[in-house]
Amino acid sequence: MEEKVIYELKSLYRDHLRIKGYQFGQGKPSVCIVGSMRGNEVQQLYLCAKLIQKFTKYEQQGMINKHYSILIIPSINHYGMNINHRFWPQDDTDINRMFPGYSEGETTQRIAQGVFDAIKDFEYGIQLTSFYIPGEFASHIRIMKTGLEDIETAKLFGLPYIVVRDPRPYDTTTLNFNWQIWETKAYSLYTKETDIIDEKSVQEGMNSILRFLYQKGMIKQPMSGGYVSEIIEEKQMISLKCQQAGILKRFVEVEEYVEKGQILAQILNSYDASVIEEIVAPTSGVIFFLHVKPLVYGRTAIIKMKIDKI
Amino acid sequence: MIETIAQAMLPVDEKYEIKKNRIQKGKSQKRICIVTGTHGDELEGQYVCFQLQEILKQRDDLNGIVDIYPSLNPLGMDSMNRKVPFFDLDMNRVFPGDKEGSLVESVAYDIIQDLKGADLVVDIHASNVYLKEIPQIRINETQAKELIPLAKLMNVDYIWIHSASTVLESTLAYSLNVLHTPTLVVEMGVGLRITEKYGHQLIDGILNTMKELGLLENNVKPVKEPIISLDKNVHFLNAKYAGLFLPIMSHDHFVEEGSLIGKIVNPLSGEVLDSIYSPCQGLLFTLREYPLVNEGSLIGRILER
Repeated sequence: MEEKVIYELKSLYRDHLRIKGYQFGQGKPSVCIVGSMRGNEVQQLYLCAKLIQKFTKYEQQGMINKHYSILIIPSINHYGMNINHRFWPQDDTDINRMFPGYSEGETTQRIAQGVFDAIKDFEYGIQLTSFYIPGEFASHIRIMKTGLEDIETAKLFGLPYIVVRDPRPYDTTTLNFNWQIWETKAYSLYTKETDIIDEKSVQEGMNSILRFLYQKGMIKQPMSGGYVSEIIEEKQMISLKCQQAGILKRFVEVEEYVEKGQILAQILNSYDASVIEEIVAPTSGVIFFLHVKPLVYGRTAIIKMKIDKI
Repeated sequence: MIETIAQAMLPVDEKYEIKKNRIQKGKSQKRICIVTGTHGDELEGQYVCFQLQEILKQRDDLNGIVDIYPSLNPLGMDSMNRKVPFFDLDMNRVFPGDKEGSLVESVAYDIIQDLKGADLVVDIHASNVYLKEIPQIRINETQAKELIPLAKLMNVDYIWIHSASTVLESTLAYSLNVLHTPTLVVEMGVGLRITEKYGHQLIDGILNTMKELGLLENNVKPVKEPIISLDKNVHFLNAKYAGLFLPIMSHDHFVEEGSLIGKIVNPLSGEVLDSIYSPCQGLLFTLREYPLVNEGSLIGRILER
């Protein structure tokens, strides 16, 4: 394993920001795994830390095949993470909206450029990421349709779902989009949590990456299990919105199968706990996304369901 | 008449409401919309919304509709937050919105529905808390042909025709222009402050534009001829070092090539880390207000003349 500083930024009063990469194996740049790019992506940091621990062991045991090089960048915005802030501390910009970056530009453009320069030549790119609405996800691979996407290869992760979606205008400055433009096959890996750690889904995410690497011949250790992934167009998922606001009481868990007519959640009056709205499954299917904060606004999508195929 | 154009409930005994004030006189259905407060830390537009109404009260020649939307992001404005709190989301990156989407997206959709069809929308921004700007209108090059004639009426110092960027397609102005509702983005002043001089300058421009559109019948003050330029004429000054920026040149001044704009210093070591010189002769139209800089932070912009 080689630990290297990929990008360094000096600060006036804080310690330098050092973005570190951990390289395993020697050979062509094969797969790059990027962990926490936002300061609240603790689960993503932890998943990378566990992978670094695993690959260190694999390397000692000669389990990484020759001619392959694996790079893991566990954290990019730890200036944010160390002060419990999702975005860049000084100007609140999102580094994942700055790619491919610009070396003469603003601070986060420079960080993005420094990182992208180090990772743009990899054959495969895996980003561990999160959604802007606080909630839990069913573990899945998410792919943007740029015309360069490789959905078939995504099945090698063996996760239950692959979500495919059309890029929106702002997506053009994300790492995933730019990786694809630079001919890296890029995948976003969503696990259940973001701000807190869920060991089970960390293990599931880690196993899926190890499965992918084994299937691509990069490591010698096979990974059992895995699913025949179902490919879902994001627009085919149902969003269940509440109209009322209040305290959210949930009756289901993410990845749970629910029947048509089942009560999934209630909105309670914040002052007397009376039920002011019920969220009912309009059809049978699987809970794909679940709002988890105890307070909920009106007009908010609190559940996304993957409906059964008819 | 004050109307609510979008609303939702908040968890504890509060309504989330976006409001407008409609001032309507005469028979004409011509409509101008003054929109501001998409970013909760930008307050320059507040002064314009108030003073414009003061002036309209004193005039008796309005023939049409003036809709005033002072705060598209009331939760952000109340909490000194640029973004929409709770979601930590930049509201000017979610347009045109989505009727079926989550709260911010569906509210963005409501806002577009209310504004579309106007004869002109003026979307007033106030830079951010870091940079001070002269009164200017920024126009996407793909929409320049239709918008420059309107922008020239607005009494701004500068019209910046910038290159197309897909990111900016998520803004209110871009989305409305695509819907054939002419929308001008004004940038002026600095975040969290009010620059009365700029406010009055813009109000004169709005009144002049209303006169040209037929919303006002009597005379208005003459307006200035703006500088119009493309990206290639704009030079960016970015900090080479993290430190404390001390300006030497004042904002909104012509500078010579080689003029000293300011210094970056280290208050801990007492060192001068960098002296920043102008790369060209021109107008220092953007200047940093917030003194602390990271490496890369924008110090200023010069329009080469």
